Amino acid sequence: MSELAAHGAHPPGFAHQYEDIEQQRDAGKLGMWTFLVTEILFFGGMFTAYIIYRLLHLASFIQGSHNLKVVYGATNTAVLIVSSLTMALAIRSAQTGRKKGTTISWLVFTWLLGAAFIGIKLHYEWWPDWHEGLVPRFHWFYNGPHAPGVEMFMVFYFCMTGLHAMHMVVGLGILTVLLIMTARNKFSAEYYAPLEISGLYWHFVDIVWIFLFPLLYLIGGRY
Amino acid sequence: MSDHGEHGAHTEHIVPVSTYILVFLALLVGTALTTWIAYIDLGKWNTVVALVIAFTKMLLVVLFFMHVKYSTGLTRVVILAGFFWLGIMITLSCSDELTRTWEIVPQGWNMIIPFVSRLF
Amino acid sequence: MSTAIAELHETPAESGVNYLNATYGIRSWLVTLDHKRIGLLYLGSITLMFFVGGMAAVLMRLHLTEPQGALFEPETYNKMFSTHGIIMVFFFLVPSIPATLGNFLIPLMIGARDVAFPRLNLMSWYIFITGAALALYATLSGGVDTGWTFYPPYSSLFSHTHVVAVALGVFIAGFSSILTGLNFIVTIHKMRCPGMTWFRLPLFIWAMYATSLIFVLGTPVIAITLFLLGMERILHVGIFDPAVGGDPLLFQHLFWFYSHPAVYIMILPGMGVVSELITAFSRKKIFGYAFVAFSSLSIAIISFIVWGHHMFVTGQSIYAGLVFSVLSFLVAIPSAVKVFNWTATLYKGSISYEAPMLYALGFIGLFTIGGLTGLFLAALATDVHLNGTYFIVAHFHYVMVGGAVMAYMGGLHFWWPKITGRLYPDIWARIAAAIIFIGFNLTFFPQFMLGYLGMPRRYAMYPSEFQVLNVMSSAGASILGIGYVIPLIYLIWSMRYGQPAGPNPWGAKGLEWTTQSPPLTENFEEIPIVTEDAYNYASEAARV
Repeated sequence: MSELAAHGAHPPGFAHQYEDIEQQRDAGKLGMWTFLVTEILFFGGMFTAYIIYRLLHLASFIQGSHNLKVVYGATNTAVLIVSSLTMALAIRSAQTGRKKGTTISWLVFTWLLGAAFIGIKLHYEWWPDWHEGLVPRFHWFYNGPHAPGVEMFMVFYFCMTGLHAMHMVVGLGILTVLLIMTARNKFSAEYYAPLEISGLYWHFVDIVWIFLFPLLYLIGGRY
Repeated sequence: MSDHGEHGAHTEHIVPVSTYILVFLALLVGTALTTWIAYIDLGKWNTVVALVIAFTKMLLVVLFFMHVKYSTGLTRVVILAGFFWLGIMITLSCSDELTRTWEIVPQGWNMIIPFVSRLF
Repeated sequence: MSTAIAELHETPAESGVNYLNATYGIRSWLVTLDHKRIGLLYLGSITLMFFVGGMAAVLMRLHLTEPQGALFEPETYNKMFSTHGIIMVFFFLVPSIPATLGNFLIPLMIGARDVAFPRLNLMSWYIFITGAALALYATLSGGVDTGWTFYPPYSSLFSHTHVVAVALGVFIAGFSSILTGLNFIVTIHKMRCPGMTWFRLPLFIWAMYATSLIFVLGTPVIAITLFLLGMERILHVGIFDPAVGGDPLLFQHLFWFYSHPAVYIMILPGMGVVSELITAFSRKKIFGYAFVAFSSLSIAIISFIVWGHHMFVTGQSIYAGLVFSVLSFLVAIPSAVKVFNWTATLYKGSISYEAPMLYALGFIGLFTIGGLTGLFLAALATDVHLNGTYFIVAHFHYVMVGGAVMAYMGGLHFWWPKITGRLYPDIWARIAAAIIFIGFNLTFFPQFMLGYLGMPRRYAMYPSEFQVLNVMSSAGASILGIGYVIPLIYLIWSMRYGQPAGPNPWGAKGLEWTTQSPPLTENFEEIPIVTEDAYNYASEAARV
């Protein structure tokens, strides 16, 4: 039993349906992992559709992939990887009982990198895509080969990266809440579970992009 | 019996900063590698290599950033189950989508086990 | 009543404090974190949805009393069966036992004070009623005519009905089930009381655990599927449109990847309830506990690899048809194991025939019929003949109504004294159970025959030679309807005028029966310590 669980004296953040803080922490982590499994299946449905259409319409999808700008995809991949590092360091900072300023700094870096990801996407990819007439249905002026298949590819591109971006925005919201909680001294070396659990979510969103990048940008015969 | 406390990690394992940095560098190297290889013609192996690199990067994030290396067996089972179920969805859907043109030719072993000649 | 003074001098049982009266007022219910109150919030919501869906069924059966249709234009009839299916599947059957009985009982049965995430639990209910309200609003504004299956290209390109609104309602309600499943999984893993090992758990918990696995693994897929359908319909981008290289069957694969396991979401909790009822009313431990427990897990797992049997005649490849047919036979095995084990439990048991037992026995018979007819459909050759006919309709109503709904009624009656602290009049309950059984069979058995003889499903009119069987079915439906209204009356009556129940009116085993009726908000004064196996009926417990 934790030395803090003296009769009646529970650490901060303790919820009373639990017997002790370890049980609460275990439950929280299992809960977040279970939620991430649902996200695997959620994104997975679109990945399944993408894989099938890619196998059935390979030439169109290769052609469609050429419309994407690898340099920004790669940059964004690096941005998210750095943000995962800073997130891990933020959690570690709380776990090792550092001053809250350290944790806040790492969380702010993570937030800025996440925002940078979305900014790069919007400014260097989606906005130019609009200008170039590559947005299906709304602004579609593609005249190259395999037009219907390329349009299908772009539908998947926008749906998959759009859904991913939505998850990033939610992540930014979560980070904001964590920043406020850290500033209000809610966390300590004994209790930092919300940071850890949110970290799992953030890393998951990074992993989705780790797959989106090669699948959408790279395996399009760029040689 | 409730699981709390029984796996002994009353304090969570603290990962050294050096480990995080190493994993981080490996992830960046993987990103550079996969981008570079995309511009080299390996035929159908381009896809395989890209996916292998992506899986490796994912494994690094899962094991070290998400602390699964230091987690219970239950956590691992949960993660594996998620991927296994995704695999079921993809595989069985493909078993239809990619076999639409397969015809049954009832001769030889195909009379006993339909489509067996397709698989070998 | 001065609860402060009461706490000083009286035990909770003496002072009459329980989860129902611990706090008062609508607001205390709307912000409750108590799993028991949340279970009751769900009970109210899904009962409403049941009667809305039932209303659609009544109208359909009235319409079908005449070959040319007695009430509606065909377009309206299409909306009727779509509404009936959508409301009954997504807003009644899927949440029914899990959200009501599951929420109420799981912490009690495992010796916990609440579920792992009580606030998430409340949020699940709010999400559910949001989705239900949206679907109801869309239904009353004209509904959809696509069938509950929403197949494109009709639903994406051609239907002029409220597809997006209804699909959005289903999408939202899906998140409610995901969160409930997540909550249950973590609760069962992490919050069992001392001594409550996995193999001492009541089989209801095993069934709820297996159901929660399906919630978590399957529901996200229908979410993304409806999302893609919505994209196609709103933005006119051809995701499932063959004209631009899309495949309508891809929708069906993604749809049924969830919707087939969904039918096991609907039946597994019922099977869990039946295990509790059979043991309690035979006063005997379950035959083959481990087999029944693992059969629940097997059903959950195998349910995910059989979905193509819904697509045998829609254009799926022959190869896939073969694969899914073989796998579909496999899924019958664990269900059969349960039926055999329940029967063996009854053998040489000390059986009594209170209403819950009548429902349980009815379940065993009707589920067996429904399950066996599923095998007719798993075989490719017979499915070609029977697909799209009333045989299918009869098959799934036997398992879902003759099975799941009867188990739900049985469970509701069994745990009613625990939930409300009141006994209902068992004589009326038995009469209602009999009326339901008779009405059900009269409604749906003729439909097996109609299907075999070739009457298609989802048709607003039919050849006149089918009229006799249709009228029989409609007559049965009216009897069935009466059968469902009677419990509504006496159960509500009992909440005020029913005889007060003690902690264990049935003399049943299980931690929920060791507490007062109704339970305290915190469930137990002290967390129990478990030392015996489940269903330990060797030692007689005195009925209190």
